[in-house]
Amino acid sequence: MSRPNLALSARRFAALGDPTRLQVFLLLSREPQSVAEVARYTAVSRPAVSQHLKVLVDAGLVARESAGTRNLYRPDADGVTSMRGFFDSLWDVGLARFKSAAEAVARSHLKEKP
Amino acid sequence: MTAAVAAPLSVKKTVLVAASQAIAFEVFTARLAAWWPMPSHHIGQAECVDVVVEPRVGGRWFERGSDGSECDWGRVLAWEPPGRVVLAWQLGANWAFDPSLLTEVEVRFVAVDDRQTRVELEHRGLEAYGPQAPAMRDVFASPNGWTGMLEHYAEVAGR
Repeated sequence: MSRPNLALSARRFAALGDPTRLQVFLLLSREPQSVAEVARYTAVSRPAVSQHLKVLVDAGLVARESAGTRNLYRPDADGVTSMRGFFDSLWDVGLARFKSAAEAVARSHLKEKP
Repeated sequence: MTAAVAAPLSVKKTVLVAASQAIAFEVFTARLAAWWPMPSHHIGQAECVDVVVEPRVGGRWFERGSDGSECDWGRVLAWEPPGRVVLAWQLGANWAFDPSLLTEVEVRFVAVDDRQTRVELEHRGLEAYGPQAPAMRDVFASPNGWTGMLEHYAEVAGR
């Protein structure tokens, strides 16, 4: 894993290090919720819920979306960060395999033409 | 191998290969079956038996299944052997070919000497996946995705 990914992961785990925030995040993972709904489920005050959501949003874990007149919060597995992580590991694996394949071909060429 | 991130919406990789520039280019573009992680990274229903880049600008980039079926991945945007190739990766978040989606994979083959080549890869334009958030949410909300991993983390951390 590259260092920038580790930094991002560290920020995310830090954001989830608080038991209430972790509870909020897992709640949103099941279904997008409004601040009021989260407050009701968790028995945490609305201002406190808003503050927790802000930390999760800043860490890139949660995003806000509008559904009619309601603002819902959901896990931010948005296309950009998700796909970036996917391609990061795909090209790590792909280029390592490419290196092996190209070097095998190079070795066989050297044997033919020393 | 080193991994670095230049811009937030691209992935950059560099790898030093003990092969000439010509061999590196040829293996990368004409022998994908020898190195592409085909079992895990293909989109067709059939088992993937080959990955093909047609060697010309405008050429197709596609996978071939064991039943002879072909699934497009994208096309060739620049073809400059043995130094550079740019491919369009046009697979949506749902792993279907989407001609309206454009991300670019640029690969440069820089000769260090006649037996070593530095291969620089950049996959850019990933911001194109932004509007596909709903599809990605389904993928990453799966039990093995990001959410599942965090739930597991929560269980372990809670012990």
